[in-house]
Amino acid sequence: MTSLGEKPFTLEEPDPDAGDKPKRMALVASKGGLDEVYPILIMATTAAALEWEVGIFCTFYGLDMVNTKRMHSLKVSPLGNAAAPPPLKGKEFGVPNFISMLPGMTTVATKMMQGWMKDSNIPDFDEMMELCLEGGVEFYACATTMGVMNVKQEDIMPQASCLGAAAFLDFAADADLALFI
Amino acid sequence: MTIASDELLDCTGLLCPIPVVKTSKAIKTIDIGQVLEMVATDPGAPPDMEAWARQTGHELIEQTAGDGEYRFWFRRTK
Repeated sequence: MTSLGEKPFTLEEPDPDAGDKPKRMALVASKGGLDEVYPILIMATTAAALEWEVGIFCTFYGLDMVNTKRMHSLKVSPLGNAAAPPPLKGKEFGVPNFISMLPGMTTVATKMMQGWMKDSNIPDFDEMMELCLEGGVEFYACATTMGVMNVKQEDIMPQASCLGAAAFLDFAADADLALFI
Repeated sequence: MTIASDELLDCTGLLCPIPVVKTSKAIKTIDIGQVLEMVATDPGAPPDMEAWARQTGHELIEQTAGDGEYRFWFRRTK
């Protein structure tokens, strides 16, 4: 039998290093559309500016973010996107899906989004990646996706490291925040 | 409102995340104890910059809003 009077009851010992440890965010990037990687890049650059540690696990189509053969030509598909904004600013009419399926419409949608981003002074994909790397954001290329999609190690940007789910979960287990995008 | 600042950062016309990213870079260029003044037009800037100061520990000394302009003064603390 233990006496509660001898020692104050605490759930855990205070961590002497707690004050110095930066917050950590673990992101899973599973999509590779230009419109789909922007939320990841915005969250990552912001977290880096808040002086957090950030690691992004690029898996399935998200691998395109770190694949040098594809990362500079990410696209937006207008097809089947009920939320696609009208092509002309201030006009209310959308584009019917049957037009979106015509050849070249993905290029049109991509150029349109790039134009909107530029008009709003939002950095392009390459500039956002640069900001991520400057901020110390770590990119992890999913090894399984590389195997499935036949992506070679030399196709992955040199700043990214190749690892599997176990290694990423090991990093994510100590994260204060984890998001799957 | 005038507060003496050592550096002025113009983020007018810029949207999230750029004002936060630029402020984060700019604060590293001044000495500890010096003051960075930042001006933005993004309506998301006030809550964002308050959060940035809370998370990084740099001091938000003062902020003003008017005529679609948001002004912040940060003291570098570390």
